[in-house]
Amino acid sequence: MSEATIDPRSLRAPPRRPLRLSWSDERVRGIFWQILVVGIVGSIVWWLWSNTVHNLEVRRIATGFGFLNREAGLPIAESVIDYSPADTYLRALVVGLLNTLKVSVVGIILATILGTLMGIARLSRNWLLSKLAGIYIEAIRDLPLLLQLLLWYAILQGLPGPRQALNPAPGVFLSNRGLKLPWIEWQAAHGWALLALILGIIGTLAWRRVAIARRMQDGQPRRVWPVALGLIVALPLAVWYALGAPWVVDWPALRGFNFRGGANMSPEYFALLLGLVLYTAGFIAEIVRAGILAVPHGQWEAAQALGLRPKMVLKLIVLPQALRVIIPPMTSQYLNITKNSSLAVAIGYQDIVSIANTTLNQTGQAIEGIAIIMLVYLTISLSISLFMNWYNARIALVER
Amino acid sequence: MQPFGLLFARALGVATLGLALALPLALPVAAQAQQAPASGTSEAIRSRGTLICGVTTGLAGFAQPDSQGVWRGFDVEYCRAVAAAIFGDASKVRYVPTTAQSRFTALQSGEVDLLARNTTWTLSRDTSLGFDFAATNFYDGQGFMVKTSLGLKSAKELDGATICVQPGTTTEQNLTDWARSNRVRFTPVVIERLEEVVGAYIAGRCDAYTTDISGLASTRSAQPRPAEHTILPDVISKEPLAPLVRQGDARFADVVRWVHFLLLSAEEFGITQANVGQMANDPRPEVQRMLGRNGELGQMLGLDNAWAVNVLKATGNYGEIFQRHLAPLGIQRGQNALWNAGGLQYSPPFR
Repeated sequence: MSEATIDPRSLRAPPRRPLRLSWSDERVRGIFWQILVVGIVGSIVWWLWSNTVHNLEVRRIATGFGFLNREAGLPIAESVIDYSPADTYLRALVVGLLNTLKVSVVGIILATILGTLMGIARLSRNWLLSKLAGIYIEAIRDLPLLLQLLLWYAILQGLPGPRQALNPAPGVFLSNRGLKLPWIEWQAAHGWALLALILGIIGTLAWRRVAIARRMQDGQPRRVWPVALGLIVALPLAVWYALGAPWVVDWPALRGFNFRGGANMSPEYFALLLGLVLYTAGFIAEIVRAGILAVPHGQWEAAQALGLRPKMVLKLIVLPQALRVIIPPMTSQYLNITKNSSLAVAIGYQDIVSIANTTLNQTGQAIEGIAIIMLVYLTISLSISLFMNWYNARIALVER
Repeated sequence: MQPFGLLFARALGVATLGLALALPLALPVAAQAQQAPASGTSEAIRSRGTLICGVTTGLAGFAQPDSQGVWRGFDVEYCRAVAAAIFGDASKVRYVPTTAQSRFTALQSGEVDLLARNTTWTLSRDTSLGFDFAATNFYDGQGFMVKTSLGLKSAKELDGATICVQPGTTTEQNLTDWARSNRVRFTPVVIERLEEVVGAYIAGRCDAYTTDISGLASTRSAQPRPAEHTILPDVISKEPLAPLVRQGDARFADVVRWVHFLLLSAEEFGITQANVGQMANDPRPEVQRMLGRNGELGQMLGLDNAWAVNVLKATGNYGEIFQRHLAPLGIQRGQNALWNAGGLQYSPPFR
């Protein structure tokens, strides 16, 4: 837009009218109604609040968040951070929050991958593949999620006990106590190597941008992979080696009732993850299919006429347009995964709802407990929404 | 922009006016509805004509619907006895099944009048939850059930085991307390619904299932082959189970408490469901007072003087209730025998 096209008159502010204290003045009416509406909403909230506080007092029910610092005494089967029943309710709730995030984040990633594959498979020219994908999508979307979770949990409980555990590879045990895998003993050097890996990925992405920008200027292609190899593979290995290359494998072994050592994936977590991923992937597949079908066929033909290879057509022409259709409904599916993870209560995975429920039951402070649950879900959901809206704005069609 | 703005302002105006008119009408009604459960539970029950009783979602022997859908069990008899004392009719009860987690909010919010749901009497529940426990009607303790094939002799051998437990109960906290003091490490599997948690234990997801011993006996008896499961001898906690009511109506709490004492005294004096009619002619003064032939003990409780006869006709005495519902599960009287038979069940005098 050049400056010549702007009409200078549109930059001028409209003349100010004096505010008349009269019903016929639109602004006075506006202010009146706004004060009235805010006042009524405020008084309803105040009334609900004071009524609740009054009734809690009458029934001598304790209030406040003081209980968060009390000893919880509740057992938690799996937690990302250290936890013992001697810790406080606050820490127990944080453990629950992390468990919710653990299943939501992994679920979102896996459901996106599976859903995209299924969506593309349904559009495939291969009759068998497209029909199988169609059957999967229809069946999985029509059954209630809770039912599916209970089914997966029942199936996993049907695995043999720890003493008869399936042992498909050395150190790998599958039983009704979960999947046991060998794991390296975590030391400081591994943390630094992981940090180097993350920095390497960021560096590679930065280099890729630079390479593309330079190619735009002179048309010469520049290779990204040697840099990627150096930054992503060699750098973390070098850091690890420099710090003494520690490598101690923790093998799981049957001792007493159960396996000790190694990494464990519990049947509860696995059943919940499986149920959430399979269920949500069904919806994502349809979103992906709709997105691809929304790109007019002429776009494919025009791209092919330019001599682009099919892979490039998908990458440069179809996908950028399809994503604009896909992203907004995808946000809803990500929110659904997070909220549906609260069904964990039914199969004994201790997420934030499970732990907050126990907390409110032991302390009897239902209002505070429910408020914590709502706050947690609101925060997670708003974060997902904000991120997806930012991403949506980034890929949106830039109109001039 | 202008027409839309105007239209919007008008719509908003109409809506606000409607709200402003409706609100003063709605407020007093809502305020009254909120007040009702806080005070005068007995009046609320009388004017409603039924007692609303919170029970378990299904625990054999304590509260479970039979094949005709009629609730039966030890706790159910207490609901019936209280209804018989108030209305003279034990059938005027509506049963609300509650989970371990929903029970307290159900009572606090006034959804139920009485919670007869094998609930342990603790200090914090009695005070900070705003409840009154009537009287311990069943002395219980927490134990462990394991598969007989494991060959365990004591719960202390459970180190490293996976243990199934229901959340939100004293059971969960007792388990962690016991494990800490005995240095037993365990992995919990915490599932809310009774059917699911028992299912997980049966399927072998857990090595042991822990709850009150009466509950274990009930679960064990419901299995196709009860001998496959063993209840370990360790008792890791005291669990005085008691019916409870909301604070704020001491009279109603008295009624529930004295219904329990009536059931105990009736057993002590040999008054049964069958002979309560003839017992009215019993010469013993306390029996005469209890059954309303003499004195006004009924009126003192705010009830009809025939309350005791009505209760005993409906349910029989404590021993009969126990025999009918808990003995078939293999639960012994033990601590729940009368005080003069070596137990803890003891009634204050009817005087």
